[in-house]
Amino acid sequence: MQLSQFVHDKHHVQKEGKKDRRFQNRLVIILFLLPALVLFLLFVIYPIFRSVYYSMYDWKGFGPAVDYVGLGNYKKIFGDEVFIKSIKNVLLIIILSLGLQLPMALILAVLVGRDLPGRSFFRTVFFLPYVLSEVNTGIMWMLLYNADPERGFFNAILVSLGLQPVAWLADMNVVIYAVFITLTWKYFGFHMLLYLTGLQNIPREIEEAARIDGANAFQNFFHITLPLLGSTIKTSVYMSVLGSIQQFVLIWIMTRGGPVNASETMATYMYRFGFVRFQLGYGAAVAIIMFLICMIFSLFYQALTRKPDYLSGL
Amino acid sequence: MNRKIFSMISVLFIALFLFAACAKTSTAETAPAEEEEPLAEAPAESEKQVTITWWHISTKDPALSDWQKMADDYMAAHPNVNIEITVLENEAFKTKLTTVLQSGEVPDIFQSWGGGTLKEQIDAGLLKDITADLDADGGAWRNTFAPGALAVFSSDGKNYGVPWDMGMVGWWYNKDLFAQAGITATPTTWSEFLECVQKLKDAGITPISLGEGDTWTGMHIWSYLATRIGGEAAFTAAADRTGSFTDPAFVQAGVELKKLIDMQPFQDGYLGATHDEMQATFGNGKAAMELSGQWAPSVQKANSADLEGVKNLGMFNFPAVEGGAGDITDVIGGGNGFAIGKDAEPEAIDFVKYLTSQQNQTIIAASGSGIPVVKGAESGLTDPNLLLVQQSFAQAKYFQLYYDQILPSAMGGIINDAVQKLFAGTATPEEVAAEIEAGAQDLIK
Repeated sequence: MQLSQFVHDKHHVQKEGKKDRRFQNRLVIILFLLPALVLFLLFVIYPIFRSVYYSMYDWKGFGPAVDYVGLGNYKKIFGDEVFIKSIKNVLLIIILSLGLQLPMALILAVLVGRDLPGRSFFRTVFFLPYVLSEVNTGIMWMLLYNADPERGFFNAILVSLGLQPVAWLADMNVVIYAVFITLTWKYFGFHMLLYLTGLQNIPREIEEAARIDGANAFQNFFHITLPLLGSTIKTSVYMSVLGSIQQFVLIWIMTRGGPVNASETMATYMYRFGFVRFQLGYGAAVAIIMFLICMIFSLFYQALTRKPDYLSGL
Repeated sequence: MNRKIFSMISVLFIALFLFAACAKTSTAETAPAEEEEPLAEAPAESEKQVTITWWHISTKDPALSDWQKMADDYMAAHPNVNIEITVLENEAFKTKLTTVLQSGEVPDIFQSWGGGTLKEQIDAGLLKDITADLDADGGAWRNTFAPGALAVFSSDGKNYGVPWDMGMVGWWYNKDLFAQAGITATPTTWSEFLECVQKLKDAGITPISLGEGDTWTGMHIWSYLATRIGGEAAFTAAADRTGSFTDPAFVQAGVELKKLIDMQPFQDGYLGATHDEMQATFGNGKAAMELSGQWAPSVQKANSADLEGVKNLGMFNFPAVEGGAGDITDVIGGGNGFAIGKDAEPEAIDFVKYLTSQQNQTIIAASGSGIPVVKGAESGLTDPNLLLVQQSFAQAKYFQLYYDQILPSAMGGIINDAVQKLFAGTATPEEVAAEIEAGAQDLIK
């Protein structure tokens, strides 16, 4: 009985041929993908379309959206100087991040990735801020930035040096830089870790060969380390830019985008309208604009940086 | 065979996922209905058995046990009444209430702050009109309340709830620093107040502590000025849209506030300071005054370096503005109360009457859970600072509920952000008024 069953099965499979097998394979793949796909569609794709829908209404969140305004919200957003200010702030954070934060992270990574004594200690210390929660970081830095020299660490130092105290978070011209220092302190450890991983993938032999050929440390760094870190730097720049566009928690905790919008970013602007003033339709429109900016940047960035990856050829 | 098992397992998984998803939503939908069902059936089965649902937000003692004891005592005296208490944390309460209100299942008694939110609930037909109960026996119940506090829970002359705690904002001051600057009497007019600020500055004392980073702190100075200049009429007109927030009273409030700001009376970095930092500056004796509510005595103490706070604390009413329509006794404030749900039985109203009796209000006052709103209960107040607040409040002829509570919630944010520009010097009083008016045209309909 069992034998005949087996023979029958085998015969059956052979008879149906490859076509059936391929179909079954695909079915299994689709079935396995389905749960994840359903969740993805439900919680990622659907809300995006829903937001597009709400962004065309003047909607306060009570009941169904009925007050259709078309592209009115978008027009209002681009006519609002506070939103323009928030874009300028985001651009400033991006420029400072790429110009200061990432090079610093790279230099530190090269230092602690090599033969520095006690390098694992420094590696941990530099990575520590990234582990801390953003809310804690924000509150801690607010205390450091306190305008009262008897309570704020930085002003205490300035006063002890005989200088004037600075109202770090209260001065509309200073606040964005003060916030940037906190952002750098918080995130450079993450980029350092990325670079460390990248450095580990560079085979020692190449550097040794260069050294034997007479290259000094600087030549080694600029002609070997840097080009071979290409794909890592690409990733790090990408994450830094997207992170800057979406920056919210630290800024909201430390300044609420203030004083008078001086440290407003697109994300705090969205929150202010969406969840402080409950103009959800308007907030949804801001979210859509942010989404488009991020998406367009991603597409262009991917296209522009499609350069040969040196390491993959090795 | 293997493949078959695989596909069967995957189908099983998908089925499980789907069922799990369905199960969640279905229980969420049926759960509240089940909870409320016995409520609706109870009176039908026997006329005497009544269940009262009561939601409050006092999650901590002493108020938590005080409320429980009051409910237990009432149930002991009325064996046919069963009181179901649901205690919720503030934010959780708001979320859960919004959900049940949309389903139309309203608790019989629930926490309320009155004003704009209460009005939305009234308009949605979710609350019970208890005017007749208050007026019964020649207004016996009504007359126990401070009228200003009771009015917070009314709309168009009808009452939908009652207060149990009501506070106000005023100028808290450090008596020692005032003495140091040679100020003998607290100011009663705005020009006296500005002189007083100048005297403090001349004595090298920071006159005012302000946490304008949180924006609502400075907004209170503006809204008080508007109340002193325009009185009840100006605000009522602007709020019901017969007037406007660009009316002279609101522009003038900005002009007067600008006079104060131009004197630079605030501590360094006040534009970025939070409310806690403002309380700390005041509590550490680094500034002579702050405009704050009944919570100021305890919060300034908690935020001060020695946890002692200001040793010689006093409070005075916001000074009158010369030629203004408002009186110096008018106050801006807010507090807590109970709203009555649309399906509440007479027993529920009777229970609320018991909760706000002089005896129970004295208990609330004595434990420091609130400032009583019922006449005679202030005898329970032991804290001299809270007694100050209560006395000011009791004298008020007009009680102005906080702007952000009486107006639609979004208006609060707009007013706060607009007034902040005055402090930063980026807008004129006229521009601030225009910005608020633009928001009002959009939001108040």
